[in-house]
Amino acid sequence: MNNDRTSAIDLAQNVRNNVITAADVIEEHLAHIVERDGEIHAFNLVLADEARARAAEIDGMVTAGRDPGPLAGVPVALKDNMCTQGIPTTCSSKILADWRPPYDATVVTRLRDAGAIFVGKTNLDEFAMGSSTENSAFGPTKNPLDTTRVPGGSSGGSAAAVAADFAPISFGSDTGGSIRQPAALCGVVGVKPTYGAVSRLGLIAFGSSLDQIGPFTHTVADAAVALETISGHDPGDSTSIQQGPLDLSRTLELGVAGLRVGRITDLPTGASPDVEQRVEEAFDALRAAGAEIVDVEVPAFSYGLTAYYLIAPAEASSNLARFDGVRFGMRTAAPDTNQMYRATRTEGFGDEVKRRIMLGTYALSAGYYDAYYGRAQKVRRLIANDFAAAYEKADVLLTPASPTVAFEMGDKASDPLAMYLCDTYTIPSNLTGHPGMSVPFGTGDHGLPVGVQVLAPALKDDVMFQVGAALERSAPPRSAGSGEGSES
Amino acid sequence: MSITYVNDDAYHPSNEDHERWTKDGWEMVVGLEVHVELATKTKLFSASPNRFGDEPNTNIDPVTLGLPGALPVLNRQAVELAMRLGLALNCTVKKSTFARKNYFYPDMPKAYQISQYDEPINIDGWLDLPDGFRVGIERGHLEEDTGKSTHVGGAGGRIHGSDYSLIDFNRAGVPLVEIVSRPDIRHPEQAKAYINELRGILVAVGASDAKMEEGSMRVDANVSVRKPGEDFNTRCEIKNVNSVRSLGRAIEYEATRQIALHEADEPVVQQTRHWDENDGRTHTLRSKEDADDYRYFLEPDLVVVDPGVEWIERVRDALPVLPAERRAILADATGQAANSEAVMVVAERSQDEYVMDAAKLGGDAGVALKHVKEAPELAEHVPAESLAALSKMESSGVVTASQAKTIVAAMIESRNVDPEAIAAELGFEAMDNSDLEAMVDQAIAAQPEAWEKFCAGEGKAMGALVGAVMKASRGQADGKAVTALLNTKKP
Repeated sequence: MNNDRTSAIDLAQNVRNNVITAADVIEEHLAHIVERDGEIHAFNLVLADEARARAAEIDGMVTAGRDPGPLAGVPVALKDNMCTQGIPTTCSSKILADWRPPYDATVVTRLRDAGAIFVGKTNLDEFAMGSSTENSAFGPTKNPLDTTRVPGGSSGGSAAAVAADFAPISFGSDTGGSIRQPAALCGVVGVKPTYGAVSRLGLIAFGSSLDQIGPFTHTVADAAVALETISGHDPGDSTSIQQGPLDLSRTLELGVAGLRVGRITDLPTGASPDVEQRVEEAFDALRAAGAEIVDVEVPAFSYGLTAYYLIAPAEASSNLARFDGVRFGMRTAAPDTNQMYRATRTEGFGDEVKRRIMLGTYALSAGYYDAYYGRAQKVRRLIANDFAAAYEKADVLLTPASPTVAFEMGDKASDPLAMYLCDTYTIPSNLTGHPGMSVPFGTGDHGLPVGVQVLAPALKDDVMFQVGAALERSAPPRSAGSGEGSES
Repeated sequence: MSITYVNDDAYHPSNEDHERWTKDGWEMVVGLEVHVELATKTKLFSASPNRFGDEPNTNIDPVTLGLPGALPVLNRQAVELAMRLGLALNCTVKKSTFARKNYFYPDMPKAYQISQYDEPINIDGWLDLPDGFRVGIERGHLEEDTGKSTHVGGAGGRIHGSDYSLIDFNRAGVPLVEIVSRPDIRHPEQAKAYINELRGILVAVGASDAKMEEGSMRVDANVSVRKPGEDFNTRCEIKNVNSVRSLGRAIEYEATRQIALHEADEPVVQQTRHWDENDGRTHTLRSKEDADDYRYFLEPDLVVVDPGVEWIERVRDALPVLPAERRAILADATGQAANSEAVMVVAERSQDEYVMDAAKLGGDAGVALKHVKEAPELAEHVPAESLAALSKMESSGVVTASQAKTIVAAMIESRNVDPEAIAAELGFEAMDNSDLEAMVDQAIAAQPEAWEKFCAGEGKAMGALVGAVMKASRGQADGKAVTALLNTKKP
């Protein structure tokens, strides 16, 4: 029996087999939270009482001889933009500070049905707009590996929660890299599956054509189980793919012999040397494991960032128009209705959210649509075409997940463009709807983790996991000085 | 939705033969935009009931209210009804998409309306009016309705000057089809006939109950005027037209207003105008400069709607017989014109099948039509067998037309549906021709002046003679037989 206290698979197996109790598992993780979350601020809300009650239920099921499911007793943290019935769901925005959804997101239902226990709602950049989790109305999250640094974003709270052992699995949403970039910066596995593989019902939308929910875990195997649990068709989401859950775990031990791993020769520059070095080593490791390394070109890759910063804000400007202080959320009192709308939105939204609403509204406006939003959609098609051509030659592609290791808090907070560049390598797969994952692969500057990104064509999540697992097996040990974190 | 006016007259060639409304050398150019609520069980994008008249804000859910995290799922029945309607309007049904029409209004919970924009499900159809005038259909697209605002206090139920407003979200998300005609209409009567015909089609295909009074059918009119054959001029959109009659009045008023402006060399400003039923005028609601920029873009929460050939053909095959065809069948059977009043009225009441049933049972279709037209309750109370028997009695001369009418009234009144029994009861027995001849001779003898005039070819004189025979026979004589006898007796 495995006894890795950070492995969700092991925990669930031990709970199911009555080797440990869910109550013990929860107490252990709650203790970690009490100990360190005051400093890290991964959570907007810790659900201690609810988690204890649910643990008792799970243990009761085991005692009664019933199987609580594949994630039995596993503590799970949810990004605070996923609706939880009766439990505040804030998007780390003042405008939703007190909102309690009347329903659960499909992902939440599926996790609960699988025996998972929710320990809390995690911090994010407001409405998932940002790459450092500094844009939260409730204060930033710190990187558990170095608390002077950011955890990345926008799912920084979820990445930090796994890195700090607050939960072995957490979930984030990835619109332009919001799972993969913080996973890289916090030294954990982070996956954005194929668009449509996981239901978006109950995920508060940022960029609806780009958003996708995915897991953070310590291991590729845990990520596979987490994703298998939440994926599969949901009739409540029209963009959900009509197929069953992803089938990932069976690929993990297949190895990469014979697989073609693509190196994008015209990849945008800008990654720091330490990161580039690790990515090179990742190519070497896969070659050594039997993969063929092939050169491919994706000329439109470098236009991804620009197209994204028109499309995502355009959709956001529409998605966020409903926050008017009338039917839900915060309301600022004012003498008449029009002033009330204005005051509520002025006070309720932070600067970055306002910036994107303005940007998106402008990009869609009459007279500018063709030059901005319309052109961005054409670029989106070009990128898809280029990737399709690249995937004729390669089964997967390897890139950095983030151009740098975790940066210092405040470093980019006043420079939106520098912040936007954090997502250079992750954005194209959101535009194409393709899957991507970040796998920890050694350390870079300051002993901080580096994430290598594996990209695959749509619905080839299984091949991506196959390669991710191989990378994990050949990853160099994290160098000394990498802080406390996942080895604890 | 607004029409793109182009300067080519998309007119159907045979339309040239029809009357145009003109004034001082100007003709009206009208296109209609009709919103109809589809008769689905549930809303366009959620499972809440689509039901008129319920307690406000009871048919709601997270999608209807636009709560964060809610997602739309397209109602298959709405797509099918839209297809049915499109096919009935001779449209091409095609692969379509939804867009977001972004604007901020309190009864629009998401601050955008999901509507088909550049790829509507139905395009390029037409609707033939009963008189043969053809109106082109540009598109018929699906969209969701808004909530309903009620402005309390202030004048005329409008928001300006009201004390407060109430919003009922029961209507939000109800499926609509917007049917946009081409600017082919040239006469207020054509506009009215178009709405009547469209309503008949909507009801026939089961797409909507199409009640203008309840708002399940809403008509906006785009009106401009021009010198015949010249380019189109600036148009105005007329809203708040709540009946077919108002529609005729509103577009005639608006055309007249615009002609006066043109004649005075004053500009017609493109704007939306509000029809006021009370003063019979249109008033400025908003001009083009105030119009929202809707920032349309493809709705990312929905996928392409591609019904596919098989589904489209299945819907086409299941289409019922449409009003125009029903009128043609009825006209053919009864020898009346398809746009005659009797055929129009009976077909509109959907009593054409009743007449046809009577004909099939051996009745006289023309006589049956006449009675059904005059007595709408007949179909409700009297089986087709009885109508068949009655019409046969009349056409074969067993009873006269006026006796038949009396029998009809008696059948409806007494629920006794045996026309022969009623005829016997009332003493309506066919008269012996020898009796009739004697009465005719008596009438001639009694009114020699009338007889002379009749023989001299004065048709009017016949009335006095026939009347006398009718009187003598206590109404039992067959008018036609009397006329025939009189004619044979002419020297």
